Amino acid sequence: MFNVFFQVVNKELKGAFRSQSDILNPVWFFIIVVTLFPLGIGTDPALLARIAPGVIWVAALLAALLSFERLFKDDFIDGSLEQLMLMPHSLAWLVSAKVFAHWLLTGLPILFVSPLLAIFLAMDINTYSALFLTLLIGTPILSLLGAIGVALTVGLRKGGILLSLIMLPLSIPILIFSTLAIDAAAYGQSYLGLLALLGAMLVGAITLAPFAIAASLRVSVS
Amino acid sequence: MWKWLHPYAKPEKSYQLAGKLLPWFVVATVITFVVGLVWGLLFAPADYQQGDSFRIIYIHVPAAMMAMAAYSTMAIAAFIALVWQIRLAEMNIAAIAPVGAVFTFIALVTGAAWGKPMWGAWWVWDARLTSELILLFVYLGIIALYNAFSDKVLAGRAASILTLVGVINLPIIHYSVVWWNTLHQGATLMKFDKPSMAPEMLWPLIIMIIGFATFLGALSLLRFRNEILARESHRPWVSALVTEKLEGGK
Amino acid sequence: MAFDSFADFFAMGGYGFYVWLSYGLTFLALGILIVNSITKKNKILKNVEQRLAREQRIKKAKDMEGTL
Repeated sequence: MFNVFFQVVNKELKGAFRSQSDILNPVWFFIIVVTLFPLGIGTDPALLARIAPGVIWVAALLAALLSFERLFKDDFIDGSLEQLMLMPHSLAWLVSAKVFAHWLLTGLPILFVSPLLAIFLAMDINTYSALFLTLLIGTPILSLLGAIGVALTVGLRKGGILLSLIMLPLSIPILIFSTLAIDAAAYGQSYLGLLALLGAMLVGAITLAPFAIAASLRVSVS
Repeated sequence: MWKWLHPYAKPEKSYQLAGKLLPWFVVATVITFVVGLVWGLLFAPADYQQGDSFRIIYIHVPAAMMAMAAYSTMAIAAFIALVWQIRLAEMNIAAIAPVGAVFTFIALVTGAAWGKPMWGAWWVWDARLTSELILLFVYLGIIALYNAFSDKVLAGRAASILTLVGVINLPIIHYSVVWWNTLHQGATLMKFDKPSMAPEMLWPLIIMIIGFATFLGALSLLRFRNEILARESHRPWVSALVTEKLEGGK
Repeated sequence: MAFDSFADFFAMGGYGFYVWLSYGLTFLALGILIVNSITKKNKILKNVEQRLAREQRIKKAKDMEGTL
């Protein structure tokens, strides 16, 4: 069972490294969006530090949206999604492997570039560590939620904009709790409780979302 | 009971049943609206704090409540649709969603118009208004998804999945917004944490809530019939219906 | 009666604009919803009607082919 999981992850990673721009483009987008804010608002470090959590999280949300397209689209077009559904394993399990691979390819790079953005936006080390932790817990939830949206819209021709309409409202709690945690860290308060809430949401998403994704894929591929 | 209920799983029977129920709902809506509005607007005394602006409550609160109720109904229908594969339940979702969205819109607009004289601003990031706004986004997402599919069977199934995902998410959204609000704003400007309303103010409100509920029922039935007709338009019974209507018109 | 005169009723104790704005928008929205729901039904029925008429024309044309 775990064998299959890693085989799927492995295949996804190999496929992604063949077309590297697919991984790099959302990260570039993320960096550029964050860069726009100091240019648009001004460079006062106090102001930047104040808005940094919101800016980084909104940018991460938008970057995640961009990357979702490729989660199922190529597989849908070349028919390997149908093959996946015919495999003698639970579809929910297989799609969780795909989502995990997708997070490795899009969520993890965002974590890697986040120190750079913390410097851009004048965050101190304590705030940054909170940002890192919320990104670490929050981006997998985004991937799982987004995967539901992609699975619902993959069969449609104009699925991209619809995906954002569906997914953005549902991701509001993640945005709220993450920025609250980072704010708390900025004021030197404990943010463990908020992290625990995010963690609870992650556990909930991991257990429930794969079934929703599998059901949605069955709707789209039929 | 099942023997009695089973014929209504047939679209034609449900269409007829909905047609029979519809006039009752329409009549109930008209009566409650007239009674509730006349009582609320003309006879209920003005609030001692808010003056006559409180009369917005007679549409604001019912709309907000029924927007939630509509979503709960959709969630139940979605559950039925996915577990027992009943297509009529999917049509139900498609029928209710626009009504729920309009109610949410009404709750937002009246909330804003009430907020202006009370809070001094058209929009305040109050927890209730914010979660109402997000509810509107969720409704619009479901409607957009349903309309995006040309195959209405698939559309119904996709919409029911999204409705269920939304129903798990909505309480989380609501509490996160409440929390976000209390942490960001401190004590809110809410003047009306009403401990109890005077009965002469409360009765019209209850009547209006019933009125909005029957309005929701009437419009859902109307749109439900539309959904059935649209999906079954190639069935003989729909053709028979149309020819009958044509001959009756002559 | 909470109001002494008609003008009083419209003024709503100074809040007339807000009260009538919200009531107006509410009934506008509800009205649009009702009209939309009813016209939708007529549209569907009209479509079916057109399809039936077309089918009949096709049938007629086929019958004619046989006789000619």
